[in-house]
Amino acid sequence: MKRGTVTRKSSQDNNHPPFDCRFSRPYELHIVPLMTETVPSDIEITSTDAAVTMTLRGAMTLPYVTQIVAEFDTLPMDRTVRADLSGVTRFDTSAAWAIASLRTRLETAGQHLEIQGAGIGPESLLKSVTDAMPVITPAPVVAGGLIEWVAAIGSSMVDAVTFVLELIGYFGLFLSRLVRAIRHPKEFRLTALVHHCQEVGFKAVPIVALMAFLIGVVLAFQGSTQLKQFGAEVFVVDLIAVSILRELGILLTSIIVAGRTASAFTAAIGSMKMREEIDAMRSLGLDPAATLFVPRILALVLMLPILGLIANVMGLFGGALMAWIDLGISPAMFMTRLVNGTDVSHLAAGMIKAPVFALIIGVVGCHAGMQVQSNAESLGRMTSSSVVVAIFAVIMADAVFSIFFAQIGF
Amino acid sequence: MAKDINQADREVVISIRGLRNQFGTQVVHDNLDLDIYRGEIVGIVGGSGTGKSVLLRTIAGLNRPAAGSVDVLGIDVLSADQDDMVDAGANWGVMFQDGALFSSLTVRENVEVPMRTVDGLDPKIRRALADLKISMVGLPYFAGDKFPSELSGGMRKRAGLARALALDPQIVFLDEPTAGLDPIGAADFDQLILGLSRSLGLTVFLVTHDLDTLHAICDRIAVLAEKRVLVTGTMQEMLKVDHPWVHDYFHGVRARAALDTKTAADVATKD
Ligand SMILES: Nc1ncnc2c1ncn2[C@@H]1O[C@H](COP(=O)(O)OP(=O)(O)OP(=O)(O)O)[C@@H](O)[C@H]1O
Ligand SMILES: [Mg+2]
Repeated sequence: MKRGTVTRKSSQDNNHPPFDCRFSRPYELHIVPLMTETVPSDIEITSTDAAVTMTLRGAMTLPYVTQIVAEFDTLPMDRTVRADLSGVTRFDTSAAWAIASLRTRLETAGQHLEIQGAGIGPESLLKSVTDAMPVITPAPVVAGGLIEWVAAIGSSMVDAVTFVLELIGYFGLFLSRLVRAIRHPKEFRLTALVHHCQEVGFKAVPIVALMAFLIGVVLAFQGSTQLKQFGAEVFVVDLIAVSILRELGILLTSIIVAGRTASAFTAAIGSMKMREEIDAMRSLGLDPAATLFVPRILALVLMLPILGLIANVMGLFGGALMAWIDLGISPAMFMTRLVNGTDVSHLAAGMIKAPVFALIIGVVGCHAGMQVQSNAESLGRMTSSSVVVAIFAVIMADAVFSIFFAQIGF
Repeated sequence: MAKDINQADREVVISIRGLRNQFGTQVVHDNLDLDIYRGEIVGIVGGSGTGKSVLLRTIAGLNRPAAGSVDVLGIDVLSADQDDMVDAGANWGVMFQDGALFSSLTVRENVEVPMRTVDGLDPKIRRALADLKISMVGLPYFAGDKFPSELSGGMRKRAGLARALALDPQIVFLDEPTAGLDPIGAADFDQLILGLSRSLGLTVFLVTHDLDTLHAICDRIAVLAEKRVLVTGTMQEMLKVDHPWVHDYFHGVRARAALDTKTAADVATKD
């Protein structure tokens, strides 16, 4: 009888990690995890017409399982396979899994696997793994195509509309709870309101003031270089006053507050949502809208105009300083020019916008917080999306105001 | 369940000496000694707030104690640097009191996370092995595709165990694995831990308040009280200790009920 013999050394010739370190540094366990005490696995395959005999040696553990499986895949499926495990020094679940899946494959092909020389440990592990082999139910395949593509566009449009409707819904919720708070002042959480006023208002003063001051400086500087060309330096006062009071003061403040506060609202409410604290509040008879939204949004509505006012003052101050240094317009002259030349309606046009922007920022922040699901990733996603949406909505509202004021000649 | 192996010639896998843990002025552990042997299931009991979870975290290298030495599988956990700990982490798995699964990954991906540290492991095999671990802890196949928040509390515990077992560690630390499970589920879980411990040769460090678990699967019990390990021993030995807390714990109404169940079960298996 012909004895076709194939002998393969499996592990050493593939790009295998070096393992002789175990001799030189026997006590250091950290060189390669799981590879500490034994030689890597090694499979010798001898095949005859009747059966294939595999002799397995060394550590059959997770780092080698990829090679073991690759080796098993080359086995012929048309005859009995005998596996000799007597030389195996370590045997873990992954090895048991490899052998159990080989057995399944052989049995579907009408053959079987005989195992020899497995100790009590590997034997019982093999048994537990065989019992636990998962029955894989393939997931239904989603068909892609033009219809799905169109449907995706449609559903994202619907999502956008629902989003806007939800925001309006939250606004309504805020108003209704606010009215209730006015009618039942005892239930109102004044401490929370004061706390949030401090958080969103007081603590934002330094950054807002610095930002507005720098904007004033930049405006004066840029304006003066342009206006000098016409000898109209003195109009730099009007330029600064109108642009800061009407637009920039409140708009830039709102953008900073959107970045600071919308994200803080979303993170705070979202992490409560994540840990089921919102559900706990509901079950205790506390209304999340009244306890969480009203103090936050109201604090913003109260604080944003004040912050805007501070920004206006600081912007004018920066502008005046730069005008003095760069153009020699003295502070007294700047003051006279400002008072005489700038109508108070500019200030009003700016300040009217503040509560609206505050509502937008607050509602967007609270709404995004309530959309957080119970995983950490959605918290991050909603926080960044609330900032983006809040800033975008503020700029859009500002554009609407500009057009409106231009139309009515305000 | 007590094994009559002489403890002197068994390999010590965890050795704690003179451990002191302190949070501000609150001393949680003081001069705590404990040895744990290879292959045994040790139940840690103690009142709420006696520092069982803190002890577990300290042994697993997640909490730095104020003093003392902790030796796990020959590694001095306290002096080991970050890299050593990462590599040694393959030798033990931790199941946290509240699961601590990664909430933005599916259960299968959670189980795959530790396996990603193994170089050159084929992703298909990794996935299949994760499915196997999920099935070994008694979860259905479809659970692998779910996010932790979509599972029940008991399923999350099983998923946490699957992740702790991902790398076939030599030691697993389980923090109250059966808390919040129904009695049948808890008994299943006990048998699961026992079976895995016997077939994988696992050493199990088990924090529990569940007297049935203590009866059913623990080889040895260590009582944490008065800031140290007060006594260790088998269930029979615990019943003889006359420290008031230990006595109340093992002779309370619930303890007696658990003992009765256990005796009845033993009688039933002998018949
Ligand atoms: N990070 C920490 N900072 C401050 N104190 C802590 C910290 N972790 C734990 N403690 C304190 O240490 C003590 C022990 O806490 P630990 O969580 O270990 O209790 P336990 O025994 O596990 O209780 P339980 O059975 O309720 O889980 C408690 O008093 C706790 O307040
Ligand atoms: Mg605890």
